[in-house]
Amino acid sequence: MAESARTPLSPRERRSSNQGAQSRLAVLADEDLRDHLSAVEPARTLTDWGRSERVEGLMDRTLVEFLYRYWFRAEVEGIDNVPSAGGALLVSNHSGALPPDATMIGKAIREEHRRPRPLNITVEHFFKGYPGFSTLLPKIGCVAAHPANVHRLLYDEDQLVLVFPEGRKGTEKLYKDRYRLRRFGRGGFVEAAMRARVPIVPVCVVGAEEAAPVFAQLGLLRRLTGLLYVPLTPTFPHLGPLGMLSYLPAKFKLRFLEPIVFDDPEAHSDKSLVQSTAHEVRARIQENLFEMVSKRESVWLG
Amino acid sequence: MPSRRILITGLSTYWGGRLAKALESDPRVEVIVGVDNEEPSVELERTEYVKVGTQHALLRRVVQAAEIDTVVDTRLVIDSATTSSRKAHENNVIGTMNILAACSGADSCVRKLVFKSSTHFYGSEQDDPAFFDETMGRPHPPRTPIERDILEAESAVAEFTDTSPRATVTILRFANVLGPDVRTSHTGMFSLPAVPMILGFDPRYQFVHEDDVVHALEHVTQHALPGVFNVAADGVLALSEVAGLLGKPYAPVLPPWGTELAASALRRLGLAIPPEMLAQLRFGRGVDNRRLKAAGFVYGRTSRETVIALGEHMRLHPLLRSGAEPYRYEREVEEFLRRSPNVRSAGVEEMAAGLSLEQVGELRRLLAAYDSARAVDDEHRDGAVETAEPLEEPPAPVQRYDALTAAEVIPLLGSLERDDLLALREYEAGRRDRRTVLAAIDGALARRDASERPPAA
Repeated sequence: MAESARTPLSPRERRSSNQGAQSRLAVLADEDLRDHLSAVEPARTLTDWGRSERVEGLMDRTLVEFLYRYWFRAEVEGIDNVPSAGGALLVSNHSGALPPDATMIGKAIREEHRRPRPLNITVEHFFKGYPGFSTLLPKIGCVAAHPANVHRLLYDEDQLVLVFPEGRKGTEKLYKDRYRLRRFGRGGFVEAAMRARVPIVPVCVVGAEEAAPVFAQLGLLRRLTGLLYVPLTPTFPHLGPLGMLSYLPAKFKLRFLEPIVFDDPEAHSDKSLVQSTAHEVRARIQENLFEMVSKRESVWLG
Repeated sequence: MPSRRILITGLSTYWGGRLAKALESDPRVEVIVGVDNEEPSVELERTEYVKVGTQHALLRRVVQAAEIDTVVDTRLVIDSATTSSRKAHENNVIGTMNILAACSGADSCVRKLVFKSSTHFYGSEQDDPAFFDETMGRPHPPRTPIERDILEAESAVAEFTDTSPRATVTILRFANVLGPDVRTSHTGMFSLPAVPMILGFDPRYQFVHEDDVVHALEHVTQHALPGVFNVAADGVLALSEVAGLLGKPYAPVLPPWGTELAASALRRLGLAIPPEMLAQLRFGRGVDNRRLKAAGFVYGRTSRETVIALGEHMRLHPLLRSGAEPYRYEREVEEFLRRSPNVRSAGVEEMAAGLSLEQVGELRRLLAAYDSARAVDDEHRDGAVETAEPLEEPPAPVQRYDALTAAEVIPLLGSLERDDLLALREYEAGRRDRRTVLAAIDGALARRDASERPPAA
């Protein structure tokens, strides 16, 4: 569903590359403008990102509440690893058609954390261009996975951001490949966290693979509908679009791992450090996933 | 260096006229010259209108003759519904080139250029960031002719910046402007009975009020702020939210696929949706406005307040639509008012149309000296009560100085002599110590010093 590493230019590189002609008109890259963020207007129900208190609250009280509590019976470990103040980048494994993992992570933080905070979920740019998704996703807290967006949320606005470095490769993968992490993009998420000087919190989700198993990808239907992918699941496409939302009642387990903190503010320019950190994050999530799956006695009861 | 001799291009446009009006009330500005090939559309008091297009040879003569130190270019067409694309190109690209040519050169007296541009510079695409800041170039090549023009014009300005190191160049990129007086495709769209939308899309929109546009132009004219600045009010609204604030329903009349076709059908029916607006209706746009705020500019309204103000105006408009004859420029009348020795000013408090600034200053000085002489007499008669004050009497020549507010004091400063200014500064520092007044006095002193010195060779 999401990936921050796909978009090729990071903000810093952009500054230097295509403003060559405007050298004297250019802006100081490190100007700190955090004091000049717009004030919140109490009369509004939408944020500047398009997030709607009303729509999100409604979803949270009904569908998400039902899924979290009764359908998936989510179990949460290590919620205190999510910082209660300041920005943090949550990195998780990703799976399933119309993945339920992102909403469950958001719900876990709202329910279990001692200081519930909103979670910003990064999604592919594709969704901004697809009617319906384009209207709904921003309202429930999704933002396009653009490096500038991630940086603004983490650095300027001190928010929690969730990324799925596997991106589409994670949601496209078939049931037979479950719990085996794909490549972690190009490490763009590590760079984003280092630049914003915020910790990375790795997150492992077990259960999503069984809740929405994908048996095959339907290439012809994908081309016809113009969607990113059209999976064959137990209920989709033969039960129609709603089949997308009918998850199997697998038991969900979420584990938040120890945050990874960066001390050096210039670390993001060190490509080898970025790559090795990305590998480390991936290895830690993979290791914990295997451990969680091996301890699990039943897919449905946990 | 504050601007004193200002040339405004595009005087007949809404923005040119508004800016000239705003600058006229600023006593620090000595000369305002407005050029355009059409006549001004608002009544102006001391702005001199010169009918000239964008022929650079003529413009250059005007610039050099009037020793213009600041050029404000308000002429850019950013709404393709207002004119044909050929005319827009002529104006935006060729016109900008000519104006820049008139300002450049080693012997040019132009020290500042303010260029009014648009956030259409960034376009509106699927993979845009949620907030464009000034350092981001355009991620994709332009799609519509008007965007191509804006990019070309800006790159010409950037080139001018690099070749004219002595000039301070400011580019302002304005978001969609709304307000009671300005007419754009968007105000047109919002005055429909329902707000049209593309089915399945709820784009993010950021606006700026027309008054804030004028104030921003004024702000960068009076301060040295080189670089590019986004001008957009605080708050990014969803289009459905805008419809709610206007109290109108929204109508998803445009299909998500084949939108261009549907738009051209609507064009036949008389609803003009220009192509750059169609892109915005799909993907929306937000910009980062913090840089201009960091440079000291304060917005009068947020996006939300701008929309609410427009909604209120639209409800009231049908009731007000009568009366006032639109202003028509009459060359002879304007010439007479500005030049004839027979024109007398109605009141010295007003900036008289018939008198030059120097003459008004002279009159004011005489009057003030007379008043203060009387005030001193009065005080002697009352017996010196205010002995506790650091200075015994308000220094001449501003009478009843203590009763005046800062806004009333500042316009008077231009008419004072150097010695009076010094005395006044001391007095103000000793009593109320208002920072705005002190700064204005310092400014007036600096200008006086600069004008007394012989011009540098």
